[in-house]
Amino acid sequence: MSQKDALLLPDEYGYFGAYGGKYLPEVLVASVEELQTAYAQAQSDSQFQNEMTSLLREYSGRPTALTKAGRLSEHLGGATIYLKREDLNHTGAHKINNAVGQILLARRMGKKRIIAETGAGQHGVATATVAARFGLQCVVYMGEEDIRRQALNVFRMQLLGTEVVPVTSGSRTLKDAINEAIRDWVTNVQDTFYLIGSVVGPHPYPMLVRDFQSVIGHETRAQFMERESRLPDHVVACVGGGSNAMGMFYPFLRDSSVRMVGVEAAGQGLDSGLHAASLSRGSHGVLHGAFSYLLQDDDGQIQEAHSVSAGLDYPGVGPEHSHLKDTGRVEYQSVSDDEALEAMSLLSRLEGIIPALESAHAVAHVMKMADQTSLDQTIVICLSGRGDKDIDAIRDRLIPDHRKDASKQNRDSH
Amino acid sequence: MNRLKKLFSETRQTGDKLLSTFITAGYPERDSMPGLVSALSEAGADFIEVGIPFSDPIADGPTIQSASYRALTNGMSLSLALDQVTQIRKTCDIPLLLMGYFNPMHHFGLKELVARAEDAGIDGFIIPDLLPDDFKRYQEAFGDAEIGVNFLVSPNTRRDRIPQIDAMTDAFIYCVSVTGVTGARHGVPAGILAFLDELDAKVSHPRMVGFGISEPADAATIANHCDGVIVGSAIIKALEQDEAAGQDYTITRKLVSDLKQALRGVTNGHR
Repeated sequence: MSQKDALLLPDEYGYFGAYGGKYLPEVLVASVEELQTAYAQAQSDSQFQNEMTSLLREYSGRPTALTKAGRLSEHLGGATIYLKREDLNHTGAHKINNAVGQILLARRMGKKRIIAETGAGQHGVATATVAARFGLQCVVYMGEEDIRRQALNVFRMQLLGTEVVPVTSGSRTLKDAINEAIRDWVTNVQDTFYLIGSVVGPHPYPMLVRDFQSVIGHETRAQFMERESRLPDHVVACVGGGSNAMGMFYPFLRDSSVRMVGVEAAGQGLDSGLHAASLSRGSHGVLHGAFSYLLQDDDGQIQEAHSVSAGLDYPGVGPEHSHLKDTGRVEYQSVSDDEALEAMSLLSRLEGIIPALESAHAVAHVMKMADQTSLDQTIVICLSGRGDKDIDAIRDRLIPDHRKDASKQNRDSH
Repeated sequence: MNRLKKLFSETRQTGDKLLSTFITAGYPERDSMPGLVSALSEAGADFIEVGIPFSDPIADGPTIQSASYRALTNGMSLSLALDQVTQIRKTCDIPLLLMGYFNPMHHFGLKELVARAEDAGIDGFIIPDLLPDDFKRYQEAFGDAEIGVNFLVSPNTRRDRIPQIDAMTDAFIYCVSVTGVTGARHGVPAGILAFLDELDAKVSHPRMVGFGISEPADAATIANHCDGVIVGSAIIKALEQDEAAGQDYTITRKLVSDLKQALRGVTNGHR
């Protein structure tokens, strides 16, 4: 298949090669078809495009910076590293790019009620934010377990006027929040818009989320060309569902000289069974409306994913990533919880940037790439979000001896 | 002709209204299915949908979700359900359908599943998250088997898709009565009767109506406009009540027999 064809995907049934489709209850067919039509019209409507561009600029603060990470590059001793600063977006992550696009579609379709799922809370906050901005009712489904882990984001959503509904079914995490959002959608399909947070779900969601997020890659490509008068040699992004990676990779797919790496969460290790590496260790199946790689047991039951990063803690992955894996256009690797935590710490100390744990996975992989790259090469990392949200979750893990040392010092001084 | 198609061809002559009941394999206990199938059959069920439990049942309400969860905890799997069907077929000839989400079936291997299901005595499939367009990618696995997939329509199905669904469905069309998840409701949903009458003029296959039906009187009203009704969550709830009361399907049998009685009262000369 030529690169050109790869860019035209998905096909009319919503397949990227063998992956994607619409694995949905019949009741939702009308709704996804309505969305498809609305999106096709919006794409050729310059007013829609202008409004989106203007919101991203004046509300979210785009374009985000491309920052040269000089001290990190020097420390690692390999290629020169650049960071695409999605952490500088309004609400602190790339999630807002997609939320802005979808809320404009929802308004265009005359929907009065927005629903969304969230794991770490970043997509929930982004959705609550745009819903407030457009005066639409908003309900966010969140696993009870994640509500406990991400109390700050729950309060942010509530402050923005969103109702956060705890999900108590299954593993009580992101996967179950999506199940519950789909059940709501099935029930209230007439007036409700499901604002999906990643390149997952039934067609056309993987395509339109990719398109809304591809502002990341388009900006990066232009910024890099302007500064370096060439393309980067490597582009690296973390992959849970895969929306920041898809948005970063998509505009580079035609550039055969650019090597791309998606980094999954290896959790406590790929062989531990406690990971979220659907592409590296999963198998074919259907979850949440699409055929893709996913984590499942011998009976085809979906398994729980494990990652220190709530945003990567998902047992499936966007269908286009599955296609890019099979075609070999993108290479998929994984890093462990410990490696991600180390990278988070390193980037904070060397560059003064505290990355989200998700983004720290991409940084961790780049740390491994250092000795395979030369000084004249360049790497762009998609820094998908900022790490403030993770501080509570990691404080004890990242600085395990902090309290002990403090109390020891206290004793010593007495 | 499989048992189910035979049943429909008979009732289309007599005008009898059919009652289908849904159960979850492995619920309430891992090995409940054989005994439960014969109890439902004796009480008046005309055919039975055997639900294969799945970890992520997106189209189900709380009742079937929790039955599904418990069945998985009990150790139920697609393979074990097929073994139990084989056992049932030694003594019971009621038409049986496998109903379940696509992933466990896909993971099992569709070709092998169709072969094993046919051997075990299954009369068809219902896969609520597999649409006709996507099914085409897997159609080959069904080859020249006697059993196929029964597709769904809902009141918001685009009318120009109905002929395709009618053409591709195996024995009947499963009409979803409401936009929503499974779960017992009261009353007859607004607009459903007109929709069923509209379908009657458009499709050649029998129409069975499900989602939300729990009461005999509602079942009769709806059956007056189609070939029969499917009752799921209300059966699971009755099983919960029987279990709580320590009874051997007494409440469940009564529900099925009341539903069937109400359907017998429907005399509309349909077809």
